Amino acid sequence: MARARVSLGVDLGGVQLPTPVLGASGTFGSGRELAPVLDLSKVGGIVTKSVTLRPVKGLPTPRMVETPSGMLNAIGLQNPGIDEFLEKEGPFIRGVGVPVILSIAGKSVEEFVQVAMRAQHVPGVVALEANISCPNVERRNQVFACHPDAAAEVVGAVARLSRLPVFAKLTPDVTDIVEVADACVRAGAHGISLINTLLAMAIDVETFRPRLGGVTGGLSGPAIRPVAVRAVYQVARALPEVPIIGMGGIRSARDAVEFLLAGAWAVAVGTASFWNPESVVDVGRGIGELLVRRGLRSPADLRARVVVEEEEAGEPAHRGG
Amino acid sequence: MIRKKCEVLSSRRAGVYHTLTLVAPEIAEVARPGQFVQIAVPEGREFLLRRPFSIHEASRRGGWAGTLELAFLGTGPGTTWLTQVQPHDFLDVIGPLGKPFPYPRQLTNCLLVGGGYGAAPLYFLAKELNARQKRVDMIIGARDQDRVFKQVEAKRLSVSIGITTEDGSLGDRGRVTDILPGMVSRTGAEVVYACGPNAMLRAVAAYCADHGIPCQVAVEELMACGLGVCWTCTVPVIRRDGSGWDNLRTCVEGPVFNGARVWWEKWLREPSVPTQTPPHGFRMEEAGVGGEPWPEHE
Repeated sequence: MARARVSLGVDLGGVQLPTPVLGASGTFGSGRELAPVLDLSKVGGIVTKSVTLRPVKGLPTPRMVETPSGMLNAIGLQNPGIDEFLEKEGPFIRGVGVPVILSIAGKSVEEFVQVAMRAQHVPGVVALEANISCPNVERRNQVFACHPDAAAEVVGAVARLSRLPVFAKLTPDVTDIVEVADACVRAGAHGISLINTLLAMAIDVETFRPRLGGVTGGLSGPAIRPVAVRAVYQVARALPEVPIIGMGGIRSARDAVEFLLAGAWAVAVGTASFWNPESVVDVGRGIGELLVRRGLRSPADLRARVVVEEEEAGEPAHRGG
Repeated sequence: MIRKKCEVLSSRRAGVYHTLTLVAPEIAEVARPGQFVQIAVPEGREFLLRRPFSIHEASRRGGWAGTLELAFLGTGPGTTWLTQVQPHDFLDVIGPLGKPFPYPRQLTNCLLVGGGYGAAPLYFLAKELNARQKRVDMIIGARDQDRVFKQVEAKRLSVSIGITTEDGSLGDRGRVTDILPGMVSRTGAEVVYACGPNAMLRAVAAYCADHGIPCQVAVEELMACGLGVCWTCTVPVIRRDGSGWDNLRTCVEGPVFNGARVWWEKWLREPSVPTQTPPHGFRMEEAGVGGEPWPEHE
């Protein structure tokens, strides 16, 4: 049997990635940190740690708790600010040779726009990811992704003023994630990144104190994978033309394929990189092997291929429970 | 930074502690005292992250050439699993990581202060200092005599040693800081290195700062990656020029810091008090410690 030639490349509506597997924001640095233990030329792309307009020192420690099949983090968006970030990491990003998606964050529409304006001219940066869903912010009203109008306002302003495509990173901590995704797309988002960590908490029963300096934090890791797959499935069904980057607890190629079947166009590997810094490469290679075994030519051949009998699906999926 | 599958050469108990010797020539060749390795424990429900271990010994010559030795206490599920590995098992190791202890250029009298198994990297340091013709003296402290880490080896590596236990079962009753002033004056210590519980480091650093003695400490903070990407293991450190402070990563900018520049008060904040009286048996922190309101942001 003649085998179809497999290409791992994916096209996110004009954003070309050599493989469908990215290093997720906040778990991959700018890529430079992991270069000694990882062949960066084999990753699909790098999503940087979120950058804000001014330096942020972040939350007090403890900033991390390991939980069953997951971990909580409460960093509080620590970063050197966009100017120092570009000074330090700009040359690396220019030369790294794989697509870089720059994650931006801010407390206001104005801050998001200013960061985007400074970030967009760096060669190598192919898109922006608007992190409007970090749970570790001072006030819940700064989680713009909790409100469709606020999300649309931020994403719309960045999309209008930046020459780069903008992916809106959303939280599953909402009643109706499709409504938020739809609002972002209408406002000009090129694509949607699903999902950020879930707001969570752990308490030390010896001391009666929260186990995180920030009291609450974001849950990541395999514990959240089914939530993420559900979010991707709902948004992909409602917005089939919109590129989706799926993430949340991916450790293996099979995990990644679950996201592709649910409707993701590409995926990102996050917490798994801490255990295996080569996860992003391993997952990409595994997807290639799986495509060969299935006689498929491209990751896009798996996209949204989950078979759901409408009669059994019951309520329209995006309505939530 | 190297990632290798390393064969376990030996796994044995040392008092209440456990030591592992790994065949890791590439890492041992470049490792320096104060650095650490990240070891993968099996992925699973309880084991999502690697575990960091300071390097107790890195042998480049002799019969043990190319080996790394680690010392730890099997407390959590990850370290308990590690106490059960057998010779010829393989472990996934990344290292060496972090900044090592700097060696003094001119000062010659070095006092090494260790608490519990936190003292482990000081033996590696003592050897390197001895090789550089520095005078080495050591203070080893622990809760009780079973937890005093390798005092025979400490004696062999240093001109003199002081031992303290909280229950008085070995050496002086009390804490390392009780005998620190006497040891400093008796040994003519010109530089202090410390490794152990953070509260001990804070007390040692405070004494050294008060007496104008340079002090290097190797700190511990909860760490997810060890590679500089997760930003969980930060410690507030005052800038050299005093213009402010930064949350620095233990894994990249540390774990060794200048004790005088760690902002201990901010980092090791007094715990706040539970609002309700806990049931009998719970540890109740001292009342009256309000601390800063948190979460605290820039």
